[in-house]
Amino acid sequence: MRITQGTFSFLPDLSDEQIGKQVEYCLDKGWAIGIEYTDDPHPRNTYWDMFGMPMFDVRDAAGIMLEVTACRKTFPQHYIRVTAFDSTHGTESVVLSFIINRPAKEPGFRLIRSEEPGRTIRYSIESYAVQAHAEGERY
Amino acid sequence: MGNMDQPQQITDAKKRYSAGVLKYAQMGYWDGDYVPKATDILALFRITPQEGVDPIEAAAAVAGESSTATWTVVWTDRLTACDMYRAKAYRVDPVPGIPGQYFCYVAYDLSLFEEGSIANVTASIIGNVFSFKPLKAARLEDMQFPVAYVKTFAGPPTGIVVERERLDKFGRPLLGATTKPKLGLSGRNYGRVVYEGLKGGLDFMKDDENINSQPFMHWRDRFLFVMDAVNKASAATGEVKGSYLNVTAGTMEEMYKRAQFAKELGSIIIMIDLVVGWTAIQSMSNWCRQNDMILHMHRAGHGTYTRQKNHGVSFRVIAKWLRLAGVDHLHAGTAVGKLEGDPMTVQGYYNVCRDTHTKVDLQRGIFFEQDWGALRKVMPVASGGIHAGQMHQLIDLFGDDVVLQFGGGTIGHPQGIQAGATANRVALEAMVLARNEGRDIKNEGPQILRDAAKWCSPLQGALDTWGDITFNYTSTDTSDFVTTPSVS
Repeated sequence: MRITQGTFSFLPDLSDEQIGKQVEYCLDKGWAIGIEYTDDPHPRNTYWDMFGMPMFDVRDAAGIMLEVTACRKTFPQHYIRVTAFDSTHGTESVVLSFIINRPAKEPGFRLIRSEEPGRTIRYSIESYAVQAHAEGERY
Repeated sequence: MGNMDQPQQITDAKKRYSAGVLKYAQMGYWDGDYVPKATDILALFRITPQEGVDPIEAAAAVAGESSTATWTVVWTDRLTACDMYRAKAYRVDPVPGIPGQYFCYVAYDLSLFEEGSIANVTASIIGNVFSFKPLKAARLEDMQFPVAYVKTFAGPPTGIVVERERLDKFGRPLLGATTKPKLGLSGRNYGRVVYEGLKGGLDFMKDDENINSQPFMHWRDRFLFVMDAVNKASAATGEVKGSYLNVTAGTMEEMYKRAQFAKELGSIIIMIDLVVGWTAIQSMSNWCRQNDMILHMHRAGHGTYTRQKNHGVSFRVIAKWLRLAGVDHLHAGTAVGKLEGDPMTVQGYYNVCRDTHTKVDLQRGIFFEQDWGALRKVMPVASGGIHAGQMHQLIDLFGDDVVLQFGGGTIGHPQGIQAGATANRVALEAMVLARNEGRDIKNEGPQILRDAAKWCSPLQGALDTWGDITFNYTSTDTSDFVTTPSVS
């Protein structure tokens, strides 16, 4: 299955040119860009690992794209996302986040139902890849 | 109004308080020289005085009846600091282009109000005056709250920023759909619609305003089936998903009970209808704050008093009250869909929900500046008769911080509900991508959609079915203003 987290997951994978244009849009808005990767794409896994700190002082798209390339080279079978941060008062949070790399095979998630009294069910979600292998060997 | 005789307050106490009837202006409810204090609450009324009633006297009556006055002089006023408690009408302007109507501005001292109570604000400001005989009609157009008063409210329990952080969804409008048909589906069938919509690409599904606990589907059945659908869709997509579980019920006790069950089943969001009333809204807001729950507000019933321009309460005031009372989502109009809404006026409502500091904007019906004092932002919801073919217009009008709800436009798709949801999500992402790339989506939008439809057959199906559907009717509720001539 294709994980559809991120702003553009329903579109065909973005080309480097398309990624570059989104990066330019963010930089024009004054946002800082960070690159994050993970092999645990659980919907509530908020803290993907940072590929360096958010690049507050890199203001040209080419510089960001060098980091994108480097991250992909280091983690070709991980999920990688580009995340933009807006420090404006009243926002001070992520304002754009889209996946730019994903493993060749995405096994998806298992829905675990724990049946409780009455007809109540407690739900949890577990990634097949995370369940099968240790961190760093999942994809 | 310079051409009118300014009625004077009677300042000689003996004359002022001798038994009998005085004009409201004479009693001290009109002061053309009054300069509102930074701590005053301000209200703008549109009034239509009866034939022969002087507009200033009518404005003074509005100020009087919404503060301390009654129809006759009472000596007990003299036991109080009555000058302070009297609201003051301080400005009356003819409404541009509509003879017989006047905008009247009234200032209220802060000590007239209880802290943190919209019930008290409404009982004061709209409690009496709307049935007042000397007025043919009255409408509360706008209000301004001093920051000192804003800070007595906790505001939205979640707010736009935190909602996005919880959902892990950024940089695009959220997508939803109301489960249809509104009435008659069993719990099992209802959950089917929820699952299909969420798996196909929507972020939210939604109960409609009148889905409570009827014979065809009791609330517990709905909650159980819906939450199975939500969790299954979440596992199938890797995304956080939700379905607004409507907990509106006959009593607070019952609403708390339903909200608690929604929480136990792992729902991230519950919903209430505007008709539950201000006190119930504030109570549910408190509950949501305690329980990490997003609170969706459906503005059921508002059209009875917001739509007609001459009488009632403008929706921009309702939106302000709801932001103070504390809701996270608020239906605020679509402009292009099936329900009432002039685009500029609707944008005004959106700004009230989302601004950190709202500026005067007469074109959008905003008469007062409003400092929101770091109160969280309300996510506006556009719902009612919209479809994928309008995506460029919706994003152009409303930007990213909005929930776009396509009910019929998802469930009525010829290839099924999942296809309908996918069509909307692809249209949305394609349009956001194009906008960020610098394309002029307002004009190129239809082409951007056609290009995406070449590789997405569900979108092609949606455009073939609804591409030409528009609702071009004249709006009832538009702004009346005179454009300030630019200095040349």
